[in-house]
Parts: sequence; C-alpha cells; structure tokens
Amino acid sequence: MATSEIAHAHAAPQGFIRKYIFSLDHKVIGLQYFFLALTAVWVGMILSLFMRIHMVWPSADLPLVGHIQPEAYLSLVTMHGTIMVFFVLTTAPQGGFGNYFLPIQIGAPDMAFPVLNMLSFWTTFVAFMIMIAAFFVTGGAPLHGWTGYPPLSAVQSTGPGEGLGADLWITSIAIFCAASLMGALNFITTTLDLRAKGMSMMRMPLTVWSWFITAILGLLAFGVLLSAGILLLMDRNLGTSFYVPLVVVSGQLMGHRGGSPLLWQHLFWFFGHPEVYIAIVPGMGVASQLLSTFSRKPIFGYKAMVYAMLSIGFLGFMVWGHHMFMSGMSPYSAFAFSILTMSIGVPSAIKTFNWLGTIWRGRVRFYTPMLFAVGFVSLFVSGGLSGPFLAQPTLDIPLHDTAFVVGHFHLIMGVAAIFGIFAATYYWFPKMFGRTMNEPLGKIHFWFTFIGTYSIFMPMHYLGMAGQPRRYSQFTEVAYLQHLIPLNRFITYAAIVTISAQLIFVINLFWSLLKGPKASDNPWEATTLEWITASPPPHDNFGGHTPVVHNGPYEYGVPGAARDYILQTDPAIAPSSAH
Amino acid sequence: MATVTPNLAVKDPRTRDTGGGSPPSYGGGGNGDRGGGGGASDYGERLRRARLGLVIALTAVVMMFVGFTSALLVRKGLPSLDPQTNTYSRDWVPIELPWVLLAVNTVVLLASSVTMECARRDIARQVALAPVKSIPGISLGDEKGFPWLGSTVVLGLGFLAGQFLVWRVLHEHHFFVYSGPSSSFAYLLLATHAVHLTGGVIALTYAGTTSLLHRPVEARRIVIDVSAWYWHFMAFLWVYIFALLRIAR
Repeated sequence: MATSEIAHAHAAPQGFIRKYIFSLDHKVIGLQYFFLALTAVWVGMILSLFMRIHMVWPSADLPLVGHIQPEAYLSLVTMHGTIMVFFVLTTAPQGGFGNYFLPIQIGAPDMAFPVLNMLSFWTTFVAFMIMIAAFFVTGGAPLHGWTGYPPLSAVQSTGPGEGLGADLWITSIAIFCAASLMGALNFITTTLDLRAKGMSMMRMPLTVWSWFITAILGLLAFGVLLSAGILLLMDRNLGTSFYVPLVVVSGQLMGHRGGSPLLWQHLFWFFGHPEVYIAIVPGMGVASQLLSTFSRKPIFGYKAMVYAMLSIGFLGFMVWGHHMFMSGMSPYSAFAFSILTMSIGVPSAIKTFNWLGTIWRGRVRFYTPMLFAVGFVSLFVSGGLSGPFLAQPTLDIPLHDTAFVVGHFHLIMGVAAIFGIFAATYYWFPKMFGRTMNEPLGKIHFWFTFIGTYSIFMPMHYLGMAGQPRRYSQFTEVAYLQHLIPLNRFITYAAIVTISAQLIFVINLFWSLLKGPKASDNPWEATTLEWITASPPPHDNFGGHTPVVHNGPYEYGVPGAARDYILQTDPAIAPSSAH
Repeated sequence: MATVTPNLAVKDPRTRDTGGGSPPSYGGGGNGDRGGGGGASDYGERLRRARLGLVIALTAVVMMFVGFTSALLVRKGLPSLDPQTNTYSRDWVPIELPWVLLAVNTVVLLASSVTMECARRDIARQVALAPVKSIPGISLGDEKGFPWLGSTVVLGLGFLAGQFLVWRVLHEHHFFVYSGPSSSFAYLLLATHAVHLTGGVIALTYAGTTSLLHRPVEARRIVIDVSAWYWHFMAFLWVYIFALLRIAR
C-alpha cells in the first residue's frame, strides 16, 4: 500500500502495532473488519460444503470431519448459520465498508469516537475466536441452530454440543451484541454530528443513509438479543426457568418449571427480523450508488429511496411474529403479522422500481461492480417474491420446515447481501488499496457466482414444495424423497463449482492488492466525496482539508455541464437544485 | 472487454477540492477523542458529540431493559404444569423483598444524583471562569470547593453495598436465583442495574483522577458532564426497577 503523501494537521500513528493492529484509523479498522469477514465466510462456506456433500452422499468420509453423525450435521447447520449471519453479513457490509467509507463520504476526518471504534472491532474479533473455539471443546459445537430455540439450547444435557459448546456460542453472541452496539453508537453519532459543511441529510449518498439506518436497527435490536441471551445463560447455568418448562431430557426430569420457549422466540425474533435488514440494507445502499454511477444517471427518486429504506427499517420491528406462525399463536395475531409483513412489499417495490428507473435509458458501463449491483437487484427480486408466500400463515404452515424457506432466505438475505459485498469490494478496491482489480477475472467470477447461486437456491423452492424437509441430516433412504435425489445432487455439484469459483475472487483480490495496476483517484468518474481524495486516502482522509459540499450525491448527465458528472464539491450547478 | 480504468476527463481530481469557488479548508474541529488540537469551540463540539453519543448508548440500555420488562410481564402471566396434579397453575410466588432497605438505598442513590449534579455544575462554572482565572493577579477566592465528585462515588458505593445487603437478606429468606420466576427476575434486575452503576463509578473515578493527570479543565468537564447524565439515568432506571418489582411482584 503506497501512502506516499501523509501531510496533514495531526500526525499519523507510527509503528506497526499502532498503525495496523490497534489502529484508531477508521480505514484500517474497516479493513480489519473486511478481512475478518473474509476469513469467516470461508469457514462458513466450507461448513455448507460439508452439509451439501453429506446430504447426497451420507456415507462419505470427509476431510477434517470424517463421517458425519446426525449431531455433527446439526452442529454444521448451527455454525454455518451463526458465522454467516453474524460474522459475515453483519460484519462486512456495516463494520467493513461502513467503517471505511461513511466518514469519507460525509467529509469527516474519522469516526466520532475512534477509541470506541477500535474496541468494537477487537470485541468482534474476540467474539469470533470464542465462536470458533466451540468447535474444539468436548462435545463440539452446539446443535440448536442459529436461532437457538430452547429447550434444546437451554438445558446442558440435551445433546453433545449443548454443554460447553453452547455456552461458548451464547457468550460469543453476547459479546458480539456489545460490539455491535458500540459500532452503532459510533455510526449514528458520526452521521449526525460530523458531516462536512454543506452535507445536509438529503445530500448524503444513499450508502450513508443505508449505514445510518442499519446502525439504528442494530442499536434497537442487539440490546434485546443481549437481554435474551443473558436469560438463556441463566437458564443453562443458574437453574432459572425463564424459557424451560417442565421437561424430561434423556429420561430424566429436569428441575425447571413453568418457563416458556415461546418467550425466547419472541425476544429472539424481535432481534432476528431487524437483523435480516441489518444484512441487506447496506447492500441496497451500495446497489443504489453503483446503479446510478454506472448508468451515468441520477438515482431515480432519491427521496423515495430514503423514505423506503426508513419504512423498511421501521416495519422490520413489527413483523417478528411471521417467524412463529408454527408456534400455535392466535390466528388473529398471525393475521396482523401477515398483513404487516406483506406491507413491506410496498417500500421494497418502490426501491426495485427506482433501481430499474435508474438504469432505464442510461449509458450503462458494465464493469464488474455494476454487474454485481445488477445481480443484487436480480436476487433481491427473486428472493423477495417468495416472501409474500411465506408471509401467509396458510402457506407458511406447509412450507415452513422445508427447503422452500432455505431457498427464500438464502436468496434474499444471504446471497443478495453477499452480492452487495462483492459489488462494494470491486467498486471501492481502487480507493482502498490504490490499485485496480483485474476486470476479466472479475467478470468470470461474476458469471460463475451469479449462475451458480441461482442453480443452488432456485431448485430448493421446488424441493420444498415437493416436501423436502430442512435440517434433516439424512433423507436418501426415505421413499417419497427418492425422486428428489437427482435434483439434490445437482445442487451439490452447483455448490462445489460456485464455492471453487470464489477462489478466482480471492486470487484476484490478493494479486491485485500486491501487483494490480495503479488506480487513479476517481477511476469510475463518480461524484461522492471519497473520489476527491487520494487512493488510498491519507490518514485524515482529505489531507488537512475539510471538503465543502455544494451538490447532491448523484449529479450525472446534468444538461449543459462540461462533463457528465459533477462532484459534490464542485460549484453548485443551480441554486434551485439544492435540496 | 472494457478496460479497467476508464479515461478520465480531468486528470487530477485532487486539485478540484481546492478549486470550485469556495476555499475548502477549515481545520481544527472534529478529531473526536484524539485529544490535542483546537481551541475552546472544539471543546464545545466535543461536549455536544459526547452527549449525543451518551443518548444513543442509553437507548441501547433502554432496549435491554425493555427486553427484561417484557420477559417479566410475559413470564408472570404464564401458567405452569404441576406434575403432581397434572393441572395448570400460576407458579409466580410474590417475592418478599426488604422494602425498607431498598427504600433507604433509593434515597442514597437519589442523594448521589444530587451531588453529581452539583459536581457537574461546579466543573461547568470552572470552565466558564477559566479565562478570568488565567489573568495574572486575579484571584477568585475560595479555590477548593466541596468534593462533590468524591461524595457521589461514596454514595454510589454505599448504594451498591446496600444492594449487596438486599441479596444477603434474600438469601436468608431462602429466595435464591432459581427459587422461582419472581426471585430470578429480582436478582437479574438488581444485578444488571448494579453492573451498570459500577460502570458509572469507574467513569467517575476516572473523572476524578483526570485532574491529577493534568488534563485541561475542559476535557475533565466533558468526562464529568457525560458521567453525570449517565448517573442521573441510572438513578431514574433504579426508580423504574424499584417500581416494577413493587408493582409486578
């Protein structure tokens, strides 16, 4: 990384440890989050590969894990889900790119509380280490899934992974909550208080809006998960009965009385549903930014985009019950949750319409980041359309425990968010490292990943409707599922190919980091503030200056302008255009 | 296949932030908790930012206790299966908390909130008078004020000791954390509040020692001001918990 010119008001830290390990610089912290997520995503992917192979060849001996027992399969399910949701989908888009680019895009020299920012990364790191440690303790990793439903998760003797492994799992989640709360505090304060002169809220790039809204969601959601986790730890270790009713485990009557597993489900999903948006909303911001930049057109309906994101965030707190249609809830509550859930379709449709409106008749430049942004929209639509199916109790009840749900949430929150991360990586790589990624390799990576993920998750909808249950470790002997085995095998092959194709990305990433051609300061001819500074930006982002903003974030193709993009710091294009 | 780097219409975008009509540089402000830098206005900004951060942090604490409260109300209303008679009954036995002791603790905590407010106003006055004091030959008389901060820490520790006595009393009456849901929630709420208040005591101790570390009076003021609002919130939270334990026992 060439940081040749560090000439600014306050001194950059000296020495390797202060500069790269316990750094207070939001850019270094952002990269730390990014590489943590990159490590985590490989762990998560390998676990999913084990699951897919075990599903279709249940007697196979796999490297590292050997022959997979049913309990071990459930551990794989649990750890895959947990690592992906917390340490990839929450960590990379918000902690990684949000940390790096939110201060730059609003013209700030750093986050509001840099020490807190460093603490939140290192707390996340500790949480990840504790999570990984669960693999290596007696009994192994827990079996209760990423949702941790009691009584399975609340009694030590329910299974091999439910002893120390489950305690580590909950501890890790609790620490992660604390880290996320610190991060959310920093993001919100920074956005509200550190904007440069002229950067009004309605001139913020949509990426900043998305990180801001995500931070608010995290602030309100993670506190509740933390309290739920404390109660769970007490049930497990102090003999309380918050979640555990009178229960017999392995022929033994437990000491618990009168608790309610549903209480956990309510608290968990009050966090869990906003968590879905914590994963996907930053992707929406990135898609908006990139579609506008690469179509050389202003974003279609900027204000509508902001209000749509706000209402998605708001409604996200009122729909948790749709994860619990199977719990025997009152049909009246189910009806209310169902209506509220389907109403999220309205802001989602507004966003999709505006994305299409942005590309419409644009002079589209199909660079790799743009491909991934378009892929994001595609996956958002494909995954989103099965949402209204599952939002209806009458349809959710037969589909709930099938592969249909697996297909749905992987498309909408898993892969769509991952496409947001890829788009952001290809887009901002020149800014972060001062070098460019290889474009042909990027395109090959895109097509493999795009076709691959559709091949994996689309057939799952069919499998689900045909009655394929989820979370079952072995079904090849079941008569009524025999005719689904070829399709399952196809999914496994597609998963192997898609995961292998990710090596292209990793090679491209590290090769470009070391040997890629030098990037200019504004290679995409974009308008937002990160493109007015050097690549990579100096320690205080703008080299001793604070930019003054005169324009909105997406002024492309302005009639009568000298070139087809107008930077936010350029002279105001017309007094009336200021919001 | 497109090239990686599109041709730039203008070669050096960095020149543009110095161009464009208005001079872009206004330095100084906004380097967060990095210390150093800036004049008096910088401290004003930092104080505002720290207060904003505190409000956001307290929102997270509120959400935690919203979680606990809703769990308590739901758990209280749930029937439980009695294995002997095979019938459902309510297993919520009202807990006998030592109300008098708790009331004394409450008074101690509220008193600490008052001393905290005095400390906060004291340091604000010191900051306001700092320019006057720096004039040679000017003396403002009584330089040593009442140790409000120290009193707050003592009262806070007194409250924590009192809460510890409450635990002891509960143990003596055989109300343990696992004895029943009402007992579990009482321990949970007392302990969670105590942990948060301990954080406040640590912050105040730090604020007290910053004067020994030769930090400027404005920096001390920020720490004390934010700790004070946190402390007031903890007092308010305790009153809420007290009422909740009393009403929903």
